[in-house]
Amino acid sequence: MERKKIAVATINGSERRKFLKMSGLGLAGATLFYACEKSQTDEMPDLDMDGPFDLGEGDLGVLNYAYALEQLEAEFYTRVVNGSYWSGAAAEEKNVLQALYNHEVNHREFFKAALTANFDGDVVLPENLEFDFNSVDFNNRDSVLTTAQLLEDTGVQAYNGAGKLIQTGAYLVIAGKIVSVEARHAAAIRSIRGGDMDDFALFAGDDIVDPTTGLDKAENPSVILAAAGGFIVTPFTANKLP
Amino acid sequence: MDIIKFLEEFTTEKLSDNKTSRREMFGSLGTMGKKAAMAAVPLGLASMGNKAWAAPSMMQGDPISALQLALLLEYIEADFYLKALESGVLYGHAKAEGIYNQISKHESAHVSLLQGALGDEAFDAPKFDFTVGGRFDPFGENGDMNTSYAQLLAFAQAFEDTGVRAYKGQAENVMGDPAILTVALQIHSVEARHASEIRRLRGLEGWITGNERGAGMPEIAQAVYVNEDNVIHGGVDVTTLGDGDPFSFESSTQAYDEPLTSDNAGEIASLFLS
Repeated sequence: MERKKIAVATINGSERRKFLKMSGLGLAGATLFYACEKSQTDEMPDLDMDGPFDLGEGDLGVLNYAYALEQLEAEFYTRVVNGSYWSGAAAEEKNVLQALYNHEVNHREFFKAALTANFDGDVVLPENLEFDFNSVDFNNRDSVLTTAQLLEDTGVQAYNGAGKLIQTGAYLVIAGKIVSVEARHAAAIRSIRGGDMDDFALFAGDDIVDPTTGLDKAENPSVILAAAGGFIVTPFTANKLP
Repeated sequence: MDIIKFLEEFTTEKLSDNKTSRREMFGSLGTMGKKAAMAAVPLGLASMGNKAWAAPSMMQGDPISALQLALLLEYIEADFYLKALESGVLYGHAKAEGIYNQISKHESAHVSLLQGALGDEAFDAPKFDFTVGGRFDPFGENGDMNTSYAQLLAFAQAFEDTGVRAYKGQAENVMGDPAILTVALQIHSVEARHASEIRRLRGLEGWITGNERGAGMPEIAQAVYVNEDNVIHGGVDVTTLGDGDPFSFESSTQAYDEPLTSDNAGEIASLFLS
C-alpha cells in the first residue's frame, strides 16, 4: 500500500510563483493549471519520468477528484477556524463555519477511507496535498466568506458535473449524499452574505441558479480543476476525465 | 412505484389522458413556464419518440417512474409556494417573502422542465389539500396569521428536505441517461439550497442532525427524517475515521443527507392529496 510520491520536486520555484499569481481566485484563468503542467513537462522532462499524479478514469478518477476537492475545502476551513476573523466572529457565523469545517474534514477522511479500501495505494491520490491560500485574508470577514461561497458553489458544480462519470450506483448515491450538504453550505454562506445587503434571494441567487430553468450549475472536472488551480500547489492531472 | 395508479387512488379523474387541462396548466404557469418547457426539449427522454414510451414498466427502477415521482413532488411544491405567496400570510415578513418568491420561481420552472422531459408520460397536477384533512391552516383561512405563518414555514421545510431526499433516492434509476441524471442532480442541489435557507429562516441549522425534524415541526413530519441518522456510507462508519468534533455523531450525520425510497416519498406526498 505504498503511496505514490507527490511530485512537488518537479515544480520550479519561479514558475510556481508566477502560476499562483496569475491564476488567483477568478474563474477566468481557466487553463492556467494545465498550461503550467504542460510547460513543466515540456521543459523539464528528466526530473520526474512518471510526471505528476493522474487522477485516473471512471469511478477511481471521480473518487480521487472528489478527494482532492474535499482536501481543498477541509484545508480552507482548517485555516478559517485558526484565523482571527473566526475567533472574533458573531456566534452564528462562528457556528456555521465550525460546522462546515467539521463536515469537510469528515468528507475528506471518508474519501481517503473509501479509496484506500477499494483501490491499490499507488493509484490513490496522496493525502496532504499542498495548497496556497495567499489570496485569502483569514483575518478578514469578507475575504473568508466570499472564498467560502466560491468553494461551496464550486463543490456543488463539481459533484453535479461528475455524477454522469460515475459507473457504480452506490458511489453515485454517496456523491449525492455529499453534494446536497455542499449545497446546504453554499446557501448558508450566501444567506449570511445576503443578509448584509438585504438580498433575501442570494441563498439561491440568479447568479448561481438559472432563474428560467431553476437549475444549479454542473461542470466537468477540467473546468473545476482549472478554476481551483490557483489554490492547488501539489501538481496532479486529470487527463482521463473530461 | 406506479405514480399514475397511485394518484388514481386519490382522484376519480383520469390523469393520464386529459390533454385539455394540461394545456390549461401550462397557460396558468404563464410565459415563463412555457419558455422553461422549451428549454427542456434537449433533455433526451422527450426526444426518444413515442416508441420508447410504448410500454414503460412501472416498477421502481425505471427512469420514467423516477421522473413522474419528481413531477408529483414538484407539483406539490410549486402549488404550495404560489398559494403561500397569494395567501397574505407572508405580509410583514419581507425576508420570508423574498425567499418564497425565489423558491417559487424555481419550483414552477422544475415543473415545466419535468413536463417537457416526460412528454406524453407527464400527468396533470392533482388537487392538493394543504390543510391535511383540516389539521393545518398554512394559508391563514381561519385568520390566525401567527399560527399560519409558523405552519407555512414548517411545510416548506418538510417539502424541501423531502425533495432533497427523494431526488437522491432516484439517482440510480436515471443513471442510464447522463443528460437526465445531470438535470436531476442540478434540481437536487437547488432543493438543498432551498432546504438550508428555509431551515435557517426557522431558526435551525441548514443541515440535518441525526433524524431530528427540528423545533416546531409537527410530528407528522417525522417521516421526512427517517434514517437520516445513518453514519455508514459504502460500508464505512464515518464516526470511526478520526477523533474530535468532525467525527461526532452530530457532525457525521449532518455531513451526509440520506436518500428516500419511492414508497416513502410517495407516502409523504399522499398526505397532501385531496
